[in-house]
Amino acid sequence: MDRDFSLWVYLSTSPLLWLTATLGAWLAADWLARRSGRHPLVNPVLIAVVLLAALLVITGTDYKIYFDGAQFVHFLLGPATVALAVPLYRNRLLVARNLLPMAAALGAGSVTAIVSALAIAAAFGLPHKVLVSLAPKSVTAAVAMAVSEKLGGEPALTAVMVITTGIIGAVMVTPLMNALRIRNYAARGFAVGLASHGIGTARAFSVHPVAGVFSGLAMGLNAVVTAVLAPALVWLF
Amino acid sequence: MIGGFALLLLCQLAGEVVSRGLGLPVPGPVLGLVLLFGGLLVAGRMRPGAPAGEGVGRVADGLLQNLALLFVPAGVGVIKHLDVFASHGVAIAVALIGSTALTLVVTVYSFVAIAGPTDEPGGAG
Repeated sequence: MDRDFSLWVYLSTSPLLWLTATLGAWLAADWLARRSGRHPLVNPVLIAVVLLAALLVITGTDYKIYFDGAQFVHFLLGPATVALAVPLYRNRLLVARNLLPMAAALGAGSVTAIVSALAIAAAFGLPHKVLVSLAPKSVTAAVAMAVSEKLGGEPALTAVMVITTGIIGAVMVTPLMNALRIRNYAARGFAVGLASHGIGTARAFSVHPVAGVFSGLAMGLNAVVTAVLAPALVWLF
Repeated sequence: MIGGFALLLLCQLAGEVVSRGLGLPVPGPVLGLVLLFGGLLVAGRMRPGAPAGEGVGRVADGLLQNLALLFVPAGVGVIKHLDVFASHGVAIAVALIGSTALTLVVTVYSFVAIAGPTDEPGGAG
């Protein structure tokens, strides 16, 4: 009993346990997604988050303790953003041919992402802090949290909105684009990367390599545009 | 592999220094992306024919193949905000689902309106 307790004390204070649990939950979730033939509804991020959240609640573990271990995974978001330069470089000719459509889609999409979220949230009368935390939901976590903080939102809440938006976009994009009969994979990828950042981009890479490249591009560009536009657009609400 | 990873970190570091140093709204990792892309272009010009950035390419492929995993730790943060979702869950769900669907549709139609129905000129797309 005593030894069990001291073992738990060791495990619950070392990053080892929750880092391993994060990778384990991911492997289980990814196995399920592969088993389903990458069905859009079987989203590995959603499954892994639900598994880990349940585990934390059941064991009464604080999120801060969990994050001490999981931060090593979280940290890689930065280098992974830089890494998008590689597929961009490999496909630079295809990208160069599509500069004009990208500019149009970027402007229209970025404004739509911010204004529509704010407008729906305002119509429901959500508190201002929640409203502001929603505004940058379509851009990658690190950037969205910085934007939210600057606007007086709650960065940690924004992180959750960002992940949820990513999952929603990744689940929705394939059936939606098929229903709209969009066969341009550059356009499909650009849309999902703009609307749902890296989680959308992961989905796009698993559907079509060209979609993945344009998705990564949209994710990078929208991070910049949203950081500039969001403060002005939030001011309207 | 270590060289490639170090290069990614170096680009991110340079990006953070410039972004924070000059107070730019553009986040550090995005500037790092621009920097690495510029570097690959220059390397490609200097050694035509050779595949530019082989080492960094392998690391980048590894990271990007597992990109979705990297969002899991932040997502688990939902347990800190269960109260917000309990009291405003429906409104937040409608806002996120509605806004994401609208954004996807507006973006894809803006793109296709100019680019045309396929991404390969004359190809099957």
